[in-house]
Amino acid sequence: MLNSVLVANRGEIARRVIRSAKKLGIRSVAVYSDADADLPYVSEADQAVRIGPAQPAKSYLDGAAIIEAAAQTNAEAVHPGYGFLAENAGFARQVIAAGLTWVGPDPQAIEQMGDKIRARNLMEAAGVPVSPGSREPVTDSKAALAEAERIGYPVMVKAAAGGGGIGMGMATSPAELQAAFDTARSRAERFFGSPEILLERYVQRARHVEVQILGLADGRVLALGERDCSVQRRHQKVAEETPSPGVGDALREQMLAAAVRAGQAVSYQGAGTVECLVDAEAGSFVFLEMNTRLQVEHPVTEMVTGIDLVEQQFLIAAGQPPSFDPATPRAPAGHALELRIYAEDPVRFLPGPGTITEWQEPAGEGVRVDAGYRAGNTVTPFYDPLLAKLCVYGADRESVLRRARKAVADFTVTGPKTNLAFHAELLDNPQFVSGDYDTSLITRMRPR
Amino acid sequence: MAEIRAEMVANVWKVVAAQGDHVDDGDTLVILESMKMEIPVLAESTGTVTTLHVAEGDVVQEGDLIAEIS
Repeated sequence: MLNSVLVANRGEIARRVIRSAKKLGIRSVAVYSDADADLPYVSEADQAVRIGPAQPAKSYLDGAAIIEAAAQTNAEAVHPGYGFLAENAGFARQVIAAGLTWVGPDPQAIEQMGDKIRARNLMEAAGVPVSPGSREPVTDSKAALAEAERIGYPVMVKAAAGGGGIGMGMATSPAELQAAFDTARSRAERFFGSPEILLERYVQRARHVEVQILGLADGRVLALGERDCSVQRRHQKVAEETPSPGVGDALREQMLAAAVRAGQAVSYQGAGTVECLVDAEAGSFVFLEMNTRLQVEHPVTEMVTGIDLVEQQFLIAAGQPPSFDPATPRAPAGHALELRIYAEDPVRFLPGPGTITEWQEPAGEGVRVDAGYRAGNTVTPFYDPLLAKLCVYGADRESVLRRARKAVADFTVTGPKTNLAFHAELLDNPQFVSGDYDTSLITRMRPR
Repeated sequence: MAEIRAEMVANVWKVVAAQGDHVDDGDTLVILESMKMEIPVLAESTGTVTTLHVAEGDVVQEGDLIAEIS
C-alpha cells in the first residue's frame, strides 16, 4: 500500500481525499494558496505546504510547485482531485517522471479523452453511440456554418479541450451560430489554451446521465451504476441523483455496457465517468464525454453501493485489488441525492463570495455533508463557488426528498450568498418531484 | 451623472471602455471575473465615461465604484 500522498487540490475535495487516506493509514500532505491557509483541509492533513499566491495559475495550477512540495515532504503519490491539474496529461507525466505514483489513469488515457473530438471518434469506433458531430476541429466561423448545415440545427458549440460547461453555447440558426462560435472560441483560448472547436447535434429535452466506471489494476473495467445530473445552470451541475428517474432497466443495462466498452477502449485504470445524453422518450443515449478523474458527485454512488471510491483509487494506484469482490459487486440499493451548495444568489446564480460568520450543517439519518469551509473562513472570488455538497440517502426517492427538505432547512450559512433557497424551491418543484425533468429544468424555473 | 458599482467581490479581468468614450445603454464597460465566471458590467444609460475607477487586475468589493457616466 502507499505510505503517503500529496493532495493537489483544495476545499471539499482535498478534505474528502484526506479522509480516505487517514482510513487507510496513508500520511497526507495538503497544499494551499495564500487565500486558503485557514480552510479545514489544511489543518486536517498530516502536513501542509504553501505553494503560492491566491491566483490559481500561481498555485494549484503550478505543477512544478506541487511536485517540489511532494519532494520536500517525501510524499510517495499525488492525488489530483477534480479540476485544476486532474485532467492534465502533461502534469501526470511530470508526476510519474519525478518517481511519484499518480493516483489516476495512464496519461495516455487522459489525453485520448481530453480532446473531445478524438474521444468522440474513439468512442464511435468502440461501438459507443455518439450524436452527429465534428470529426475534426472547426477552425473558423465559415467552416462552422458548413459543419452546422451538415449536422443539422440545433447544434452545440464547444471547446475541444474544454470542460465545466465553460464557453459552451447552443445555436438554432446561422446567426446564432456566429455568436456562439465567437464566444466558444475566445473562452477556449482563454480557459483551455486551445482554440479548437467542435459542433454536435443538440439533443432536445435531454437528460444528462453518467456512468461511474472503475478500471481495476488487473485490467477489468466495472460499471458501478449511473447518476442523473440534469439539474444544471449555465451547463453546470447543481443537483445529482441515483438511480436516474428517467432510465429504465433495459436502457441502464445498455448504458453500463457501453461505459465498460469506453473504459476498455483506453485501457482505463482507476475511477472515471462516462457522461451521456439520454433521450428519455426515445429510450436512447449518446456519448458526451469521459471525465478521467474522480467526479464532484461521486458520493451518491458511494451511498447506494457502499463503496468508498477514493479508497478504490488508492488501492488501484498501488496495484492492489479493490476492497470488494468485483465478481459479485453488491447491487446498488436505495436512492441518493446530492445538492451542491454554491456561494451564489438563488435567483440569478451570480457569485457571492464573502466571509462566513455562521456555518451550521444539518445532520441525521442518511445525511452526509462534504464541506470545504467552516465558520470564520473567507470564500474568495479566486476559485469555483462550491461551498459544500449536501448528500442525502434513503430507501426510496420519496423519503430522500423528504429528508433533503429538512436538511436544507437545517443548513445555515451566513456571510456569503448561497443557493440554499434555490434547493428548497427545487425540492418542491412539481417537475423535479415527479422525476420527469431534463437539462432545461432550471431555465423553465427562471424564465427571463 | 450615473454611477456604476460592483455587484459582488470580483477581479477586474478586462476594461473595455476608456475614459472619454461615448457609450450607449447596455454597452459593456468592464468585465469582472469571480468564481470562474465572467460578469460583464454594463452602462445603464447613454453618455460619456467621465471616470473609470478600476484597472485590469484590480480586486473590487461589493458596492465599489467602477465608472461614472454623464
